[in-house]
Amino acid sequence: MLPRIIKYGLKRIIILFITVVIAVYITIWIANIGGYVDEIVKSDILLQVSQSVRQNPAYRGLNETQITKIINEIYENELKKIGFDKPFIYRSLIYLKDAITLSLGRALFLSSDSGSKSVRIIILERLPNTVLLFTTTQLILFFIGLFFGLFLSRRYGSFLDRLSVLLAPLSSLPGWFYGIFLILIFASFLRLLPYGGMVDAPPPADKLAYALSVLKHMTLPVLSWLIAYSFINVYVRRTFFLMFSSEDYVEFAKAKGLPDSIIQRRYILRPTLPPIITDFSLTLIGSWMGAIITERVFNWPGVGSLFYMASVMFDTPVLVGLVVIYAYLLAATVFVLEFVYAILDPRIRAGVT
Amino acid sequence: MSKVNRFFSQLLLYKSALAGLIIILFLVGISIYTVITIPYEDAILLWRAGEQYWLDNPRNALPSWINLFSQRKLPETIILTTERLQVGVSKAIVPTERFSVIKIKFSFNYAYDDFPSEINLFFKAKFNTSSPHLTISWVKPNGEKITLRTLLVSKGEDSYYISNDKVLADDLKKYISNKINNAIPYDPPITLMLFAQEDTTILSPDTSRVMKGDYELWIDGIVFETDVDLDAKLVVYGKIYGLAGTDHLRRDLRIALLWGTPIALSFGVTASVTIALIQMFIGAVSAWFGGKADTVLQRVTEVFMILPFLPLLIMISTLYKFNIWVLLVVVIMLTVFGSGVKNYRAMFLQIKEFPYVEAARAYGASNIRIISLYLVPKVLPTIIPSIVISVADFVFLEAALAILGLGDPLAPTWGKVIDDAYTYGALYKGLYYWVLQPSIMLALTSLSFAMLGFALDKIFNPRLKEM
Repeated sequence: MLPRIIKYGLKRIIILFITVVIAVYITIWIANIGGYVDEIVKSDILLQVSQSVRQNPAYRGLNETQITKIINEIYENELKKIGFDKPFIYRSLIYLKDAITLSLGRALFLSSDSGSKSVRIIILERLPNTVLLFTTTQLILFFIGLFFGLFLSRRYGSFLDRLSVLLAPLSSLPGWFYGIFLILIFASFLRLLPYGGMVDAPPPADKLAYALSVLKHMTLPVLSWLIAYSFINVYVRRTFFLMFSSEDYVEFAKAKGLPDSIIQRRYILRPTLPPIITDFSLTLIGSWMGAIITERVFNWPGVGSLFYMASVMFDTPVLVGLVVIYAYLLAATVFVLEFVYAILDPRIRAGVT
Repeated sequence: MSKVNRFFSQLLLYKSALAGLIIILFLVGISIYTVITIPYEDAILLWRAGEQYWLDNPRNALPSWINLFSQRKLPETIILTTERLQVGVSKAIVPTERFSVIKIKFSFNYAYDDFPSEINLFFKAKFNTSSPHLTISWVKPNGEKITLRTLLVSKGEDSYYISNDKVLADDLKKYISNKINNAIPYDPPITLMLFAQEDTTILSPDTSRVMKGDYELWIDGIVFETDVDLDAKLVVYGKIYGLAGTDHLRRDLRIALLWGTPIALSFGVTASVTIALIQMFIGAVSAWFGGKADTVLQRVTEVFMILPFLPLLIMISTLYKFNIWVLLVVVIMLTVFGSGVKNYRAMFLQIKEFPYVEAARAYGASNIRIISLYLVPKVLPTIIPSIVISVADFVFLEAALAILGLGDPLAPTWGKVIDDAYTYGALYKGLYYWVLQPSIMLALTSLSFAMLGFALDKIFNPRLKEM
């Protein structure tokens, strides 16, 4: 019994790992646009070298050909130092190895607020902001969906139920779109809440005041997502619970005369929980990669804005670093979920061979 | 036929579907009207012509219909020119032996409740060597005449931006302060000082009121030449314009709002239909052939699910500045191996076991025949609702790219207007119409498709309908 599960686990780990490796390698290629970023980096270095040489008083007396020669020498050395003398296909494999071992290296153009060029520091500086904002949002959304979904599934056909069906299309508008309206109303018109950002400038020194300031800045982005995605969440959960409420074993439990609360907990919630948890964990992990446009609209200094800046500036190491972290997180989550279900669910356990 | 009829009568039962359908038809109507009346090339030209082309339009003007809902009537733009025959314009150039006398008079009635946004004077002068020496004066409804400035006009096109004249602003402020025996405590714009009642109300921008009545602008000039011609155009810019107002470059927003419709509709519909069909095909192949093909396709799908879609799209469009149709192709290529493939595969795995599929296999149908005639048609109705709903997502994707400053560099789209408005601080400055109009169009479009899609879902998937 046990060895079988371990064997299954190992097999899944290997498959997931290979998937991650391939995805990261593709990202490296796309993020370098097949070597185009090389040209940007090279011309950047050449510009820097020639500027520093031409402004260096020690070379002032030399003529043009001598200066060009010196520039070329320093330039070639600089290239060798960062390994750019090798062809891209060779370097892409080194990048891959570095990425997979999580030695994320240095950013090309971006730097962290503290002035560091290390990709790890840049990402770690942004990640907590995004996690704070979107984990809060997703948790609230999750419980709204669960609670109202259950509530409405019991009151099928009631006014509230039909209202929830009617309002579900409102979720076709994305969160950032509602965000613009919220800014318009609460920031521009009523002047109650800030336009964007994460904390007042200058940041309050007091810890409590700081937390309150962050909370104030979080209100609008969280609210915009709640408005955008609550309706569809409730609708999906409600429909999901309704489907399970008509299963034979639920009918049987009702016939036995079990109280509603037990039916709900044991006969509806328990069998539906695995897919709901799966859905929630994947959404949560996905949300940590930030929402580029929401973060732009609210000027939130999170991973989404970082993603945006890295893509616009072609900062490949940052992009690859973000993708690697995301891929590992996703793969780990998928693995844990599969493994837990394989152990817990007798139907899946039977299929483990 | 009766089947089709029944479908539609069922569809009409759902009021939200009906509402959605009506809005979609309305949008399609707008699209057809737009494509016919403003050809695409013209629209791009108009939208990218630069400020020079729109010089007669007010900057950041509200839409005209705003006056219907407000007691305070906002001014429209008044354009008076000597280049064509017009009421309220007179021009006389009287040559004598050695010089010519120019006399141009513009008169207009101003009965609005708010001050104009700008006042400009444009000249077109024709002469040989001696440039016309002009005196510009302003006559208020109470008959008072103020000399604004004396100036020399250069050959060809010239202009005098009256409302930007700093010297004039100082002079007027002193003049009015003296007159009412009270120093004006702030710097009133020239437009206010030229049109306001000169009493104590002018002391604050909140209490100042327009002096309604007939205004005149005189241009008196002298040229030491006889072969002279001078045309002038007075533009008193209002605060409202057209059906949709104008933006910071004085462009008529109507063009972008109109052209945004066909672009959004075609982008959204093409993307969602193409992507759904290709994903479905991949899912069918994966489920039908199983084995190695299945493994490979599923692994590829998983790889694509890890790739960050939007950042890659941003990189590609930053680098290449694609027009919107190439962008569409890129979007499709990046999403064909999306999570949809997994859902479709699961559906096809069930259908694969159906007896009629087995029968088809038994009579020796080819793989392609089974996939395209037996598998896909079975799933198609169940996915039509989600195709319709996802149109909204792609409409917003285009807008999102525009808001990130990417997207088509030329085409006038709703997203571009929102982006412009955002970049130029429309929300800070209270220019809400600028953001609201394209937003409402976006919301209408995606809501209509979503409402239709949700209703279709109940019709095509009756298991949900019973619920």
